[in-house]
Amino acid sequence: MAELRKPDEIPLLEIRNLEIGAMAYPPGERPHPIEIVKGVSFTLESGKVLGLIGESGAGKSTIGLSPLAYGRGGVTITGGEVLLDGVDILKLGKAGTRAIRGARVCYVSQSAAASFNPAHKLGNQVIEATVRHGLMSRSEARARAVELFGILGLPEPETFGDRYPHQVSGGQLQRAMTAMALCSRPELIIFDEPTTALDVTTQIDVLAAIKTAIVKTGTAALYITHDLSVVAQVADDIMVLRNGETVEYGSVEKIIENPDADYTRELVNVRAIRNEEAGDQSGRVLEMKNISASYGTTPVLFDVSLHVPKGQTLAIVGESGSGKSTLARVATGLLPPTSGSVRFDGQELPPALKNRSREELRKLQLIYQMADTAMNPRQTVGAIIGRVVTFYDGLRGSARRNRVNELLEQIEMGSGFYDRYPAELSGGQKQRVAIARALAAEPELIICDEPTSALDPLVADGILKLLLQLQKEKQLSYVFITHDIAIVRAIADSVAVMHRGRLVRFGPKSQALTPPFDDYTDLLLKSVPEMKIGWLEDVLASRRISSAGN
Amino acid sequence: MTENQPVTSAAGKAPVPGPLAVLRARFPMGSRIGERFLLGIGLLFASSVLIFAGIEILPGDFAETYLGQSATPQAIANLSAEFGLDQPLVTRYFDWLFNVLHGDFGNSWASGQSVSTQIADRLGNSLILAGAAAIIAVPLAVGLGLLAVLYRDRLVDRLINLISLAAVSLPEFFVAYLLIMVFVVQHPVTAFPATVYDSMTLLEKLQTIILPVATLVLVVIAHMMRMTRAAIINVMASAYMETAELKGIGALRAIVKHAAPNALAPIINVVALNLAYLIVGVVVVEVVFVYPGMGQYMVDAVTVRDLPVVQGCGLVFAAIYILLNMTADILSILANPRLRHPR
Repeated sequence: MAELRKPDEIPLLEIRNLEIGAMAYPPGERPHPIEIVKGVSFTLESGKVLGLIGESGAGKSTIGLSPLAYGRGGVTITGGEVLLDGVDILKLGKAGTRAIRGARVCYVSQSAAASFNPAHKLGNQVIEATVRHGLMSRSEARARAVELFGILGLPEPETFGDRYPHQVSGGQLQRAMTAMALCSRPELIIFDEPTTALDVTTQIDVLAAIKTAIVKTGTAALYITHDLSVVAQVADDIMVLRNGETVEYGSVEKIIENPDADYTRELVNVRAIRNEEAGDQSGRVLEMKNISASYGTTPVLFDVSLHVPKGQTLAIVGESGSGKSTLARVATGLLPPTSGSVRFDGQELPPALKNRSREELRKLQLIYQMADTAMNPRQTVGAIIGRVVTFYDGLRGSARRNRVNELLEQIEMGSGFYDRYPAELSGGQKQRVAIARALAAEPELIICDEPTSALDPLVADGILKLLLQLQKEKQLSYVFITHDIAIVRAIADSVAVMHRGRLVRFGPKSQALTPPFDDYTDLLLKSVPEMKIGWLEDVLASRRISSAGN
Repeated sequence: MTENQPVTSAAGKAPVPGPLAVLRARFPMGSRIGERFLLGIGLLFASSVLIFAGIEILPGDFAETYLGQSATPQAIANLSAEFGLDQPLVTRYFDWLFNVLHGDFGNSWASGQSVSTQIADRLGNSLILAGAAAIIAVPLAVGLGLLAVLYRDRLVDRLINLISLAAVSLPEFFVAYLLIMVFVVQHPVTAFPATVYDSMTLLEKLQTIILPVATLVLVVIAHMMRMTRAAIINVMASAYMETAELKGIGALRAIVKHAAPNALAPIINVVALNLAYLIVGVVVVEVVFVYPGMGQYMVDAVTVRDLPVVQGCGLVFAAIYILLNMTADILSILANPRLRHPR
């Protein structure tokens, strides 16, 4: 794009007073237009990285897509200017925008697994835009792709492009998508939560690859994420967004070390919960001995033995595929183990759910990751919780209603929500209703399967605080399944680390999270991003092991 | 660490996968295609049993019907013996099956001629009719489906939907008579009836069957077109179509290159279903146009209880249906890159 070289005073991207809107269709109300982004402005110099950060609904992805003149799902840009090299791309028309997309501005999405076409080879998809826009010949583009695969640390760069999307791992796909974005030598790349869906040990590799690629190619980038500690590793500037408005905008140093706004400070200090580990962990509410289990003929758990201290929290931590959720399925009887035993209060439980008595079922309740799909969307909150009340306690009529309202008070929501439907609740409120539903059975143990990982950090904090408070009041025991070490540090009394279906570490938190570590726990702990500038470089330097794996 | 402890019980071991499971994992596509193939053969045998049994439990007796007024007990017994009807059911089934496997469907009770030759003749006619209709209808339906997606919710899409819906809503005999009225009675551009003879050349045959082909095309096109449209629209909602758009790929290329390959499986299935219908389900059209195809042949045989012909036709129809559906299944398997290129 040599002929488009601009005078230095014009920034690569300048967004002025951007306003974005959509139609809202709330249940039981008239459809009406809503504002998603309310007059946001920023500039991005060539070769720099701007981090857009905020919770869901902050409008960060919507803003991020504006340099592509694209509105996702009925969203339209209603006002303001998006100047790319001084030219307002919102006025370019259809052909003009097409010429920019995939050539001068490229996009890396959160889920590369869904964003690659399953029917075509990766290599062809990576070079498609570059070739179609006439920027390079096919063979030039291929050579460029191979070079990028190498920079991004993908295995066998020469032949990597011959594979289909289903033949490579999630972390590799995310890097391949970055290669696709870099292929046309764009001036700007939009990274939309590129590492959010990945495991922490994979995230650090992808993050490092992206950072290397940005530095080596000199492209500018918008980096969208909800995780301040991630963006602190790659960005030069950060803009904090909330409800479609700018909260704070400044350099990384300023935002992380000396934020002005209260909201930014909350984001920086999120996860400040500290639950002191219980001294006496001798009581055992749930005990699993030598559990092995398989799905069909595929073994997934290998000889796992652990126990949950009574009235306390056992955190099971591991990456996707480590078998932590499967262990919960074995405990609840959803998946009878191929061998091993499950004891509750010293009594052996029947392995299969259908052989367990109502009283055995009552003692052990579950909370799921997606409160959304764990509730019937056509039932009111009252019906969802009330059904459990009737099932276990036989309460009906006003007694049932009173009990449900009492539970709603306990989750800090109140009786006003009795007649609401799940669609009318926020993500955090839905998870609270799910907690109330578990409490309705008056259980001794609640298995929480990643209950906060789909929630924004501040909302997640609220849920964790609620769970800890309920534990104190009712002497509840928890099995808390998570991939997030920070949560483990915050709430656990004892910790189990799982890796590929095996238990690699188990004990009181103070021992489990203190060196000397086994290799895997060490890797896991070191991969968790810290709210510290330069953390990524430090870790990579100290790791000194090949990051080219997955 | 638990990892290093010796596994004392047999507990930790996974169940050993059987040889079939190993084969499946090793050749996911080959084994699946093999399965469909075996399933098809099994189905064919099952339908041969059903056809034979179904005809057996029909009320009435061929010998009685055939002899009519002159049906003395002795005459009936003689005729039954001549056709082998005095043999036990199972014996007769296996005799029939054995002959069928050697390409012999027996002789027609009514005319005494070989059923195999007659079926070959009639099937050829049916295939010409169905083939001509398919060659026009399938590309037209898929093309119109693509067009409807490209102009989704606009005038072109609405028109295509409206016309194809109207065509499928009218009963086929009505469409047939409508076409005859317009193109034979009012503007005589083609002949009626559309009867073809062996002496005709292929070109003459094709000219003769224009109207029945047009009728069939109108009847099957809507189903395939709407399914194509639905399958592609379903795919259009996926993240990789957004990726294509954000890469600046044009709408037509996005649909043809990115959406269509992923919509193949449902489209193949609906095409196969309609092809099967074209061959075995066109009795009404054959009757209206006096076309000597399989459908009419079978209907004629049923009215005179000519059992070898009915059985033969039934089995051929079943075979075509199973073959087309099996082909559709296999093509769907081939269209799936996960099976074509295992990890």
